[in-house]
Amino acid sequence: MSTEINALPIYRAKAFDTESDLDLRINPVLITDFLVKFLRDECIRRRGIEKAVLGLSGGVDSAVATYLCTKAFGPKNVTVFRMPYKLSSVESLTHAQAVIDDLGIESRTIDITDMADGYLQMEPDASPTRIGNVCARCRMIVLFDQSAKLRALPIGTGNKTERMFGYFTWHADDAPPINPLGDLYKMQVYQLARHLGVPDAIVDKPPTADLVQGQTDEGDFGITYQKADRILARLLNGYSPAKLIELGFDKNEVQIVVKRVDSTHWKRRLPTVAMISSSAIGEFYLRPVDY
Amino acid sequence: MKFTAAAVQIAPIKADVSANLTRIGQAIQRCCEERVDLALFPETALTGYFLEGGVVDAAVSTLELAAMLDTTYKPDRPIDVVLGFYERSDGNIYNSACHFSGTSEGWKVVHTHRKFFLPTYGVFDEERFVARGRDISAYETRFGRFAMLICEDVWHSVSATIAALKGAQVICAISASPARGFSGDTYDNLDHYRRLLRAIAEEHGVWVVNSMLVGFEGGKGFSGGSMVVSPTGRIVAEGPELEEHFLIAEVDMDQIGIARQRFPALADLKSVLEDVVREFEEVNRDECQQK
Repeated sequence: MSTEINALPIYRAKAFDTESDLDLRINPVLITDFLVKFLRDECIRRRGIEKAVLGLSGGVDSAVATYLCTKAFGPKNVTVFRMPYKLSSVESLTHAQAVIDDLGIESRTIDITDMADGYLQMEPDASPTRIGNVCARCRMIVLFDQSAKLRALPIGTGNKTERMFGYFTWHADDAPPINPLGDLYKMQVYQLARHLGVPDAIVDKPPTADLVQGQTDEGDFGITYQKADRILARLLNGYSPAKLIELGFDKNEVQIVVKRVDSTHWKRRLPTVAMISSSAIGEFYLRPVDY
Repeated sequence: MKFTAAAVQIAPIKADVSANLTRIGQAIQRCCEERVDLALFPETALTGYFLEGGVVDAAVSTLELAAMLDTTYKPDRPIDVVLGFYERSDGNIYNSACHFSGTSEGWKVVHTHRKFFLPTYGVFDEERFVARGRDISAYETRFGRFAMLICEDVWHSVSATIAALKGAQVICAISASPARGFSGDTYDNLDHYRRLLRAIAEEHGVWVVNSMLVGFEGGKGFSGGSMVVSPTGRIVAEGPELEEHFLIAEVDMDQIGIARQRFPALADLKSVLEDVVREFEEVNRDECQQK
């Protein structure tokens, strides 16, 4: 005898969940293998350079990049630089040291206070943002000079969320020619950090530019990385802001993300060059970076 | 009828035709030593994939390529080679695959396939730099009737359907597929390839021999994971991701008849072909009217 239709069970698809992190989930084993091979290919195979230099801030991004470089090149071929400014917290130095001790890599501490203040003392009214930019550019100078000295390549550590938000100093943090993390959202960097064994104290602390005591990235944004990444991941996959709001995302938070992204496209590109000819570089004359 | 096929999964040196040709010649020699009858090289194996405007510098004609193979390596036993390269012909440049037959006397062109579907979205920009092939052909070889498909051709199920309807018993699918999507057990694109190639083999009762590019080009890492799929849709051999290697498998042509007896989908398609064509014509008529 057949079952009553009204007694048949019903299975429903899950409704769209604005708090789902499924789109941000990564397989850290697969990514680690890929990024280690990427680093070796870019540095050793393509450029014939077997050493890497990194700025180690004490935060999670540079820690993850350092763990990856150590896997790619070995601890003897990785040199990290702690580059504190007078306003940097002691905790940052301690956390960076924990990475150095754990990996057994080469390290050096170069205080950039005199270097930055050589200029900033002539600009006593400089805002925290301007001071931050000057510090970032000083660190870039140190890192590139040390890379020349050690015949090593500077490795970038900026993540995709920062890049999409324009939350970096142009031609400073983004300057290194190779970046293994630039297509990983912050929440994905955290997953990778846990897999690589980055010390909990680094993974668990609130991300900060470490310029003003108590300042955090999320405080600057007005939205947490987790919420921002959920919105960003969908926005970059083709959902319009209106559709995201319709699906249940907070309107204000969607606007925060969209405003950050839309106002910073220029930071993700090279300088704008006036096109004069039909052989303009990058417009008509097109060759890939590794050509 | 049986023959031995090899997918030669290699990472080309960007735009260096001479160096790549040397390695290809060495790989063919190794295939001969392994008593391989058909060696399949990936899409753009001669130059690397992302050349942008550099295709103008790197493209060669099929006859030039045959002559270059002649000077590189003449096999001491018969071997067929399918090789992906940028082809120059009649003032156009194509993304092509050429099937060569080689003996101790040199290399002859058996057939050339020009990529029919040119991906021009996201990371891909092919239609800007190369012209589109206009047909998908099946052709006779000493092993049976073959067809070649190049990467995006495979992603449109109609390509393999046309090849099978034209009598192809073996489909040589060569690819350059950048790894993307890292949440599962393997890259999303490779997972997609597995589904596509298995579906093609199973639906049409054909062998699919697939050779995937590896290596990094400007941050894009080609996934590799070449595979050979039997006419029942079973992956009989699968190579590692990212790494260069030779994947060797025996291709038993008798399995085609066995598979088609069990699941005569191709025969069923032929029996309704007139109606299918009428449906296509109707769609085409509607499309033309909308334009």
